[in-house]
Amino acid sequence: MNDLRDRFTGRLEDRRFLTGTGRYVDDITLPHQAHMALVLSPYAHAVLRGIDTAEAEAMPGVLAVLTGADVLADGLGPVPPFFMPKMWGGPEGYATLRPILCTDRVRCVGDRVAIVIAETRDQARLAAEMVAVDYDPLPVVTSARAALEGDGVPLWEDNPTGNLSCSLEMGDKAATAAAFAAADVTLHRHFLTPRLAPASLEPRGCIGHYDAGEDRYTLHTSSQDPHGFRAVIARNVLKCAESRIRVISPDVGGGFGLKAHMHPEDALVLWASRRTGRPVKWIATRSEAMMTDTQGRGQEIEAEIALNRDGKVLAVRATAWTNMGAYFWGTATPPFYFAMQLIPNVYDLGAVDLTNHAVFTNIAPMSVYRGAGRPEATFVMERLMDEAAAAIGMDPVELRLKNVIAPEAMPFKTATGMVYDSGEFANMIRKARAAADWAGFPARAEASRAKGLLRGRSLISYIEVAGVMNERMELRFEPDGTLTILAGTHSHGQGHATVFTELVADWLSIPAESIRYVQGDTDRILVGRGTFAARSSMLGGSALLRAKDALIERAKEMAAVVLQAEIADIDFEQGMLKVRGSNKALSLIEAAKLFYLPAGPANLLGIGLTGAGTAAGKPGAAPNYPNGCMVCEVEVNPKTGALTIERFVAFDDVGRILNATLCEGQIHGGIAQGLGQALLEAMTYDEDGQLTSGSFMDYCMPRAEHMPAVDSYLLEVPCATNPLQVKGVGESGAIGTPAALVNAVMDAIRPLGVTSIDMPVTQARLWQTLRDAEAGV
Amino acid sequence: MNEFQIIRPAALSDAVAAFNDAEEAMYLSGGMTLIPSMKARLAAPQLLIDLSGLPEMQGISDSGLSLRIGAMTRWAEILRSDVVAGAIPELARLVGQIADRHVRNRGTIGGSIANNDPAADCPAAVLGLGATLITDRREIAADDFYLGLFTTALEEDEILVAIDFPKPQAAAYAKHPHPASGYAVAGVMVARMAQGWRVAVTGAGADGAFRLTELEAALQSGPVEAALEKIDVSAIQVLNEPAFPADFRRQLILWLARESLGRLAV
Repeated sequence: MNDLRDRFTGRLEDRRFLTGTGRYVDDITLPHQAHMALVLSPYAHAVLRGIDTAEAEAMPGVLAVLTGADVLADGLGPVPPFFMPKMWGGPEGYATLRPILCTDRVRCVGDRVAIVIAETRDQARLAAEMVAVDYDPLPVVTSARAALEGDGVPLWEDNPTGNLSCSLEMGDKAATAAAFAAADVTLHRHFLTPRLAPASLEPRGCIGHYDAGEDRYTLHTSSQDPHGFRAVIARNVLKCAESRIRVISPDVGGGFGLKAHMHPEDALVLWASRRTGRPVKWIATRSEAMMTDTQGRGQEIEAEIALNRDGKVLAVRATAWTNMGAYFWGTATPPFYFAMQLIPNVYDLGAVDLTNHAVFTNIAPMSVYRGAGRPEATFVMERLMDEAAAAIGMDPVELRLKNVIAPEAMPFKTATGMVYDSGEFANMIRKARAAADWAGFPARAEASRAKGLLRGRSLISYIEVAGVMNERMELRFEPDGTLTILAGTHSHGQGHATVFTELVADWLSIPAESIRYVQGDTDRILVGRGTFAARSSMLGGSALLRAKDALIERAKEMAAVVLQAEIADIDFEQGMLKVRGSNKALSLIEAAKLFYLPAGPANLLGIGLTGAGTAAGKPGAAPNYPNGCMVCEVEVNPKTGALTIERFVAFDDVGRILNATLCEGQIHGGIAQGLGQALLEAMTYDEDGQLTSGSFMDYCMPRAEHMPAVDSYLLEVPCATNPLQVKGVGESGAIGTPAALVNAVMDAIRPLGVTSIDMPVTQARLWQTLRDAEAGV
Repeated sequence: MNEFQIIRPAALSDAVAAFNDAEEAMYLSGGMTLIPSMKARLAAPQLLIDLSGLPEMQGISDSGLSLRIGAMTRWAEILRSDVVAGAIPELARLVGQIADRHVRNRGTIGGSIANNDPAADCPAAVLGLGATLITDRREIAADDFYLGLFTTALEEDEILVAIDFPKPQAAAYAKHPHPASGYAVAGVMVARMAQGWRVAVTGAGADGAFRLTELEAALQSGPVEAALEKIDVSAIQVLNEPAFPADFRRQLILWLARESLGRLAV
């Protein structure tokens, strides 16, 4: 396949995004639209004694005030997790059933207690303040480990294992114990990964519209997965046929996993519309988003590594506590699972013994966020590798080279059951080392020292698993010979319209201008899984390839009729259907038009030229394993704790490149988010479970000024298990960056006696860490 | 945001009368704190009295010994002003570190001073230069003005009309901005005035901006380096937050004092 970078002139989407004609949910106003406001719990844990709605109902413009009692009276069901670890071969676990409005108990700040529907947004909010709620506070627990200890108050009394949903175990305990017993060196570290706010630029928002005449619901929502939202709302909440709900997800201004699963508001607006007879809109304020969105990460882990003095790693053992928050919600399983399963990274580890506890606490629910468990896994392994290298006095790069899986070992099954199909890990490490001028470091470190600064460096490897679930793509010629792509994937900033259009234009030799791209509407797309976990290049791309093949096969039937030849004798080349060994040919576009004529061959062959294709990933079929290497150099001021990033090199194996510019854009964006995690961001709660980082005044998003110059290189190692030979790219940058940054910082300050530093590595934390080291704390 | 009324009086006395006649009135200057507070429903005045129509609250002038700035003067005007650049250039430099261009185009010096956000930059200039706050009814010395977080000596209906900054022989401001908000985690203004040294700290204090009198005295009696080495900040009551622990804030005060003194050609 051609690398499309040469003819890349910009994204097809950019015209509307750059001219202000993109369409997000808040750009849509339906006739007679009313507005919803939320009444949220100010308590992290409380019994809900009663709600008095009388004063709110009497406020100007108010159409309805609805509570959990109304939810029960109307027979609306609670929402279980999208799926549990059991579906991936994990333990059964306790799955919470979350009502769309709380009925008798609130379990975190921001739990939904009531809604107000009014003529205007301001009227709804004003009335929401007048809803009087009687809470009886209960003890609060915010830390996962504390929630499992004796005084942890149970959030879910009917869970026989207290605040533990389940414990996921991987590896071989006996073999690991034996390896630890036999090892020359073992070391132990404790790591914390704070909770992060997804903080999409476009907050969540939705409009519900119930059409009483049709007895049908339409939901406009900012979603990464419209069909998934429809299924959950139909099956669990409204208990109606899926055909009675249409979900439309227009342009989406950032998802990062936040919008991969429905939130209560998506069901609430539909119900509110049914109750009031009006379309009902809700758009989160930034404050509401910070309080009510699912969050990413949130893991504490005790990790150990065993190795020999020659650098051969023998085993890794770890116990983690994942803070699930108040509910097992949405797609929380992947981060919980991958945080363990990807710990072996690109290394042949021998044995592992890994345990991850999913624990309920009184904070917002955890779910997927760019990387979803892979950054945690990478952080554990890469931090251990650097600590181990320091312990045995070995160059950390040489230590990695000694343990990486060789290309000849492919396919390689890891100790956690992943089967890598391809990867040139050592080659990648050597290339990254050279690109970052690893050899020139001592001179740069000396120059830093002359300025009174400490210079540190890191080289880390990461691996990602991309391509979950199956996917369907469809191609449909229109009567005039133009073509429509109907995508089951859902672009929310990735540039799918551009890449998929360019692919199809290339395959069919038809101009990109004659191709239209459609996504995000359950009435127009038969089914789709949406976009998350770096799945769309492989699954959308491969399904699109098969849709193209199916379309060509059908076009050949027309060519056979028109050209009076056997189907088996017809080849498709450069837009033409040609009879082999002759000069008879029919263009694909002419063939397509014939399929739509009111009479003629279509009478026999059937009207319409379409093709559909399916591609499958994990579970049941092979995913792909994007991987890469990052080199980072930092300068630390040992007096002040001030930190600067002096060098950042990213090498990424994305398989066959579909569009290099968009790949690098994804890498850069991921690095920015990884940098935020490493240095700036943390969702924090006080001991009462109150959110103390609820606005951008406190929660520090990465800015342009925080970003280093990134040298990004792409390495094409073809994936062996999908026809396009592609690997994912969407999460890559976010996966390795935290480990790269923290290892570089540790390299700078380890000589001062520091053994660990937690994220985010803020100036205050770095200063405190250095001061403690100096005082021998 | 709740519904409210807004008026724009043309005389100070009308503004004060309107305030006292209304049930829940607030004065509006730049609105850079008040409007977001109203949007977040933390403030819900029924009447807003826009002060932008009052001529005595406008303008920048140099009286020779001091610089007078109308309370409704926008930060951007101070930044652009040749008068400020000539009289107290460090004041313009401080203003250039406030928030961002958009906020500086709307925000006013008087609004910021009257609001007394403990993390604002301006209190460091008012205290550090020993300004006089001129209101619709009296003059208040800087040292008597700040009474704690978001609290000043202004009466409920009193309007800050102008600020009189005495010209220093030399002055310098250094700031450690909050990485998220840009507000001062700590900010230190040092000034050598005709009457002696003044050092003011904003951002860090548990009760808002304060003067670092110990350092002032040390500077009065000896060289800068000796003064910096002598002072003890361990007893200063500073804000203590998980992201910025008290010890770090105290350390920042010393670093910033050193940085600002270093920038003075002492």
